[in-house]
Amino acid sequence: MNEILRVEDLTKTFKLSRKQQKIERTDRNVIVAVNQLSFTANKGEIFGLLGPNGAGKTTTLRMLSTLIHPDSGDAILDGCSVVRQPEEVRGKIGFLTSELKLEDFFTPNYLFDFFSHLHQVDEAIISERKQQMFSRFGIDKFAEVKVANLSTGMKQKLSLVISLVHNPDIIIFDEPTNGLDVLTARVVTDYLQELRSEGKTIILSTHIFSLVERLCDRVGVIIDGRMISCGTLDEVCNGLSLEDRFFEIYKEVKGGEE
Amino acid sequence: MKKGNNTWTIIKKEFARFFGDKQLLFTTVIMPGLLIYIIYTLMGSGMSKMATEGADDLVIVRVENLPESVAPLWENLPATALLQQPISEEEIENLEDKDLNEVLARFPKGFDTLVAHYSAESGELAPNVEIYYNSANNASSRVYQLLEGSLSAYEDQLSNRFDINRADSEEAYFDRANQDDVLGSILSKLIPMLILMLLFSGVMAIAPSSIAGEKERGTIATLLVTPMRRNELALGKIVSLSGIALLSGISSFIGIVLSLPKMIQADTAGIEMGLNYTSADYAVLLLTILATVLIMASMVSLLSALAKDVKNAGTMIVPFMLVVMFCGLTPMFQSGTPVGLASYLIPFYNSIQVMTSVFAHEMKWLPAIVMLASNVVYTGVAVWGLTRMFNSEKIMFSK
Ligand SMILES: Nc1ncnc2c1ncn2[C@@H]1O[C@H](COP(=O)(O)OP(=O)(O)OP(=O)(O)O)[C@@H](O)[C@H]1O
Ligand SMILES: [Mg+2]
Repeated sequence: MNEILRVEDLTKTFKLSRKQQKIERTDRNVIVAVNQLSFTANKGEIFGLLGPNGAGKTTTLRMLSTLIHPDSGDAILDGCSVVRQPEEVRGKIGFLTSELKLEDFFTPNYLFDFFSHLHQVDEAIISERKQQMFSRFGIDKFAEVKVANLSTGMKQKLSLVISLVHNPDIIIFDEPTNGLDVLTARVVTDYLQELRSEGKTIILSTHIFSLVERLCDRVGVIIDGRMISCGTLDEVCNGLSLEDRFFEIYKEVKGGEE
Repeated sequence: MKKGNNTWTIIKKEFARFFGDKQLLFTTVIMPGLLIYIIYTLMGSGMSKMATEGADDLVIVRVENLPESVAPLWENLPATALLQQPISEEEIENLEDKDLNEVLARFPKGFDTLVAHYSAESGELAPNVEIYYNSANNASSRVYQLLEGSLSAYEDQLSNRFDINRADSEEAYFDRANQDDVLGSILSKLIPMLILMLLFSGVMAIAPSSIAGEKERGTIATLLVTPMRRNELALGKIVSLSGIALLSGISSFIGIVLSLPKMIQADTAGIEMGLNYTSADYAVLLLTILATVLIMASMVSLLSALAKDVKNAGTMIVPFMLVVMFCGLTPMFQSGTPVGLASYLIPFYNSIQVMTSVFAHEMKWLPAIVMLASNVVYTGVAVWGLTRMFNSEKIMFSK
């Protein structure tokens, strides 16, 4: 086993605004979104973070991609620390969420070049990779159409392509199928499997059991910011279906509280 | 890892965005210059009209001690009535009323004899003819020019045996026009304000959408997950925004330069604006515009980064704009520009003061340099601040 990601005691607290306190129905003015989270992922596997809404999945992945800074703890990606070497980390990963948008004004062609430059991709490689990726996702026909005029599915596929311009070894994907129709979702999940077969490591988050069962080699169940169970699918499931096992775990955790 | 220039990549993208948008290009670059040109041309022709208006009206010329030698020259001037009478100080003072179509002339007693006996070698002052008029009254200035013209021709014939309107003391004002009647001085105080406003509208048209807009639309997060450093992004944004705003500043500048001939028409038609500037004046003006644009783009970028969205950015920028506009108005309440160098450390105020001094032909190097240097320093601080903001998850990912 070849460990490529090590997450150690990652913790993140947010201050809550009044408005948020109301929404979350709590009097506390801080929320521990991620609580001493630790796990590892190996090279060439798909690791799934499974958890309900508000579990802390997005917060965790944002820390891994250095968009936000952990309060304590660290994560080492391919030898680089998110705390001490954020720029190096960003060079090694491709990060994708539905929140990351592309500027409407530009064409796929322009954006591919633009982001390739920001990732310091060699000029010689850019056009070859662009052609290959664009035809893989059927973007080639729309290469000169402004993002504003692309269909939602096409935009999603373009976002995926753009986040991978630099052919990163680690791909971090928050809710990969969120908001996609079945066809586009399938294109994306097929591509994730293809990437795995190329030896890439994929960290994804989801609340969809079937997605984990179909894609993931290993899974971490996260509830209220804490890692409750982590291992291969078989280890975590303990002979049950993932869904049944999840509710068992969920009751164990929440039962103690109430 | 090879280090390409990310700042440059960002600048190129911002320019591609800007130049690809015809409408934006028109409103920020073409329009300011065009507007200035149109306004100034209208103003210029309006002023040259003003400069000739009423010029043919009848003017009363009151003369004390009119000598026989000059009488034939003066008696038959068009649209004038010559009255021979002693002139009182009160009458001279009354001439400050620009609605009074009058010219007052005072010859020394026995002018012809004095002139005949005068010799320059004696070291004495030549006999002096005083002609009082009001340049804000077109008829009065027309007649003054006729009188003065005919007299100097006569003086030349006599090989300068007398003087016209020699200032024997500091208080000798022969032009009785009130200084405030001189349009040019108001104009030179208005132009810096106008430049400031045009630069600001240029910055306003692009900066909020480029920073707050990118935040609102979620496109800045996509930039932030690339290996680019935050300060490269901050610098790229400020430089490109300044560059674009500068284009709009240059457009205004071209508008001014092109409409200048129309203004000069007014200038030569009698309204004093003194539009003959040196190349140093122009250079300082251009540098000042550049420095002003830099600091303006920096400040608006900072506010835009703090804002949640474009609308919020607009609300936050308004108070700032008012302060800048107020600085633009300060020359109206001042006579001359401040002497203390410390005043030139205050952003916007300093640019306005330097521009005003340029237009008033009073540009001094030290204040201009203090202004330029301090603005560059402030811009550096702003780049640092914007970097901090791009680094701050509270600002970039507030919920
Ligand atoms: N910027 C923020 N400010 C304040 N609270 C936040 C912030 N980001 C996240 N939170 C809170 O932290 C908790 C974890 O949020 P997070 O988005 O990580 O959950 P998630 O597992 O991704 O949930 P979902 O399935 O809804 O996407 C939530 O209670 C959320 O309200
Ligand atoms: Mg989430």
